[in-house]
Amino acid sequence: MKRLLLAAALIALGGCMEVEQTVSEKQIGQTVKRDTMPWNNEPLPNGPKWTKGDRNSWEEQIKTRQLAQNERSRGR
Amino acid sequence: MARMKFLCDAERCIECNGCVTACKNENEVPWGVNRRRVVTINDGVVGAEKSISVACMHCSDAPCMAVCPVDCFYRTADGVVLHDKDLCIGCGYCFYACPFGAPQFPQAGAFGLRGKMDKCTFCAGGPEADRSEAEFKKYGRNRLSEGKLPACAEMCSTKALLGGDGDVISDIYRERVGRRGNKGAEAWGWGSAYGQPPKGAGGAAPAAPAPGKS
Repeated sequence: MKRLLLAAALIALGGCMEVEQTVSEKQIGQTVKRDTMPWNNEPLPNGPKWTKGDRNSWEEQIKTRQLAQNERSRGR
Repeated sequence: MARMKFLCDAERCIECNGCVTACKNENEVPWGVNRRRVVTINDGVVGAEKSISVACMHCSDAPCMAVCPVDCFYRTADGVVLHDKDLCIGCGYCFYACPFGAPQFPQAGAFGLRGKMDKCTFCAGGPEADRSEAEFKKYGRNRLSEGKLPACAEMCSTKALLGGDGDVISDIYRERVGRRGNKGAEAWGWGSAYGQPPKGAGGAAPAAPAPGKS
């Protein structure tokens, strides 16, 4: 019984030996850089307009731009 | 959350290479590197010739991200797959993993020495500061930060190449396919690149999967 418990404990603890080999979320920023968000930029003077820092307004204007790719909707 | 994707309509592409030129010009891509290219199948066969504009498809479950030994890939909030050239070691694993042949390697020296990987960024730059000179030099122009879509899609004269949120462009494509009588309903690359939307993200399903479509 004692041996069985020892074997079970060894198997259970075996997983703890595994060494983390991937870049975890915690390490992002130190290794993989975090990118800036496009809506946090100032709109260009002659470019599309949105409110700086407002994701919704940026997404709204880029959606309008995407819908402009549909030539059928332009005449409606 | 938007999932930025490309969708190429093989029924509309006229192989003008305007997208390739736009990409080269916009991002000042060096010789030997083609972030986007037009592939023609059944070349010269009347009625069967089709052209498709191919670049990084910004896969939902990107194989390049999975195989990279230095984990230099990351996904932006818009679903664009980008990579950090400061981390890339130019091993080429991503090239073998990518079903679209998107990763490109500039020849960096004698004896075929490879440089760091270069690929389509969906005109979203890289991890450097937006619109900075460093970002432009390494990754090209950041049009998303200017509120614009990728130059290739916006330049496309026949609007064969659509770029934007997967749901929006699939709606455009679906309407188009419906109007022309289901012709070209199989969107090339859709099945392998677009996959399923993340749970809870909602959004419409793709117009039609393309099993085995080349």
